[in-house]
Amino acid sequence: MEESGLKRTPLFDEHVAAGGKMVSFGGFEMPVQYTSILKEHTAVRTRAGLFDVSHMGEILVRGPKALDFVQKISCNDHSKMTEGRAQYTGLMYPEGTFVDDMLVHKMADDEYFLVVNAANTDKDFAYIDDLAATAEGVEVFNQSAEYAQLALQGPLATEVLAPLTETDLSAIRYYRFTRGRVFGHEAIIARTGYTGEDGFEVYVAPENAAEVWRAILAEGGPKGVIPAGLGARDTLRLEAGMCLYGNDIDRTTTPIEAGLSWIVKLDKGDFIGRDVIERQVEEGVDRKLVGFEMVDRGIARHGYAALLAPDDAEPVGLVTSGTHSPTLGKPIGMAYLPTEAAEPGREFWVSIRGQARRAVVVLLPFYSRKKKKA
Amino acid sequence: MSVPSDLLYTKTHEWMRREGDLAVVGITHYAQDQLGEVVYVELPEVGRSAGPGEELGTLESVKAVSEFFAPAGGEVVEVNERLNDEPNLVNDDPFGGGWLVKMRIREESGLLDAAAYDRLVAEESH
Repeated sequence: MEESGLKRTPLFDEHVAAGGKMVSFGGFEMPVQYTSILKEHTAVRTRAGLFDVSHMGEILVRGPKALDFVQKISCNDHSKMTEGRAQYTGLMYPEGTFVDDMLVHKMADDEYFLVVNAANTDKDFAYIDDLAATAEGVEVFNQSAEYAQLALQGPLATEVLAPLTETDLSAIRYYRFTRGRVFGHEAIIARTGYTGEDGFEVYVAPENAAEVWRAILAEGGPKGVIPAGLGARDTLRLEAGMCLYGNDIDRTTTPIEAGLSWIVKLDKGDFIGRDVIERQVEEGVDRKLVGFEMVDRGIARHGYAALLAPDDAEPVGLVTSGTHSPTLGKPIGMAYLPTEAAEPGREFWVSIRGQARRAVVVLLPFYSRKKKKA
Repeated sequence: MSVPSDLLYTKTHEWMRREGDLAVVGITHYAQDQLGEVVYVELPEVGRSAGPGEELGTLESVKAVSEFFAPAGGEVVEVNERLNDEPNLVNDDPFGGGWLVKMRIREESGLLDAAAYDRLVAEESH
């Protein structure tokens, strides 16, 4: 029952066997849920859930000038990274907008490992490859086919992964990674994630992915760890206030508009798009991405219009992401609003199927776990 | 699974149970399964008039919104208020506690019996 043109990860058979409802996402056939989005979401918040994120892309930047190159294409400052650190950043267009958001991992002084969104992998690599062609001392490689990626996320993640590896997981702090073995197979083990919980992202060779997946579920099953799909991944990341490329950020948005000034380091030197961003930092922006909660009933969804007053005909912004929040028990979302309306506590209206429903701007994140010492 | 034989069905997956000149209306097991977990139900106002096939309200799941339609022409006389706090009843008990509205029926036509509805579902899920 393969949809024509869709790729499959090495874990496809595992998903089908576990009852996964397979859907098209980013060019791949992926599980949106196995049992229920709400159950999988709750499992991650209270125990742990296991996600197949093998569809994500991996790009290696290598050479004596690797750091210079990464500094140029990214808005964040990677010059102070030590080996084994990861940083979130934007891959930038000259307009100061996002080609993608990504994680940069420093493997060595001359090796940086970029992890990018599945839907953008080909676009990102073409962009980076093109820039590298005219840059000295750097080569780039699309290594996406060489890695499967599993994300084990939730308060029990460390407890479940520890028996499967000799690596001391407690020594891996947040946004750090190491090379080790999981269930005997070589792996990159990173304490990163997209859920707002503690957890790990494990990169292994595709031929070993199924074994590692099964080993984690065998170890975690008795503790209530279940596979979790893309539906729960979306509700979890939204609660955690994390952006989704294609929804909240895209090629028309800058990090300043998106509330991501913290990944912009103007004083690191020049980078693609720097002058636009610098101007925005100095002069301000017309619109800002905010988090909001619904006050009236109804779920605000991607693409719904935002109004300043219920009788307004003209929208002033758009909902970029929205769903029912299982943890908060109410609808939440993100939207671009005019800067003056983008203040916590300010009300606005969302047009839901022709009716104006009241919403209120709130600070992000909607949910954050208590900080654990890793 | 086969649907209850004492009910009538629409092509849009609503069921109707006659109780004198009143009818209880809900969505079928198949419909709730397609929808996923219902987190919000928007019910019509009591007193609202609707023709057969007219939209009565909406059911929202995490991922989607789905309308439900009047199986017959008439007036809404009661709505299931429990669904405001327990929208999951639509999933857990679609033919019972998950009922949506009660209507006073004026006109009725083109409804399917259980066997015809089972065939429809078999075709749709092929």
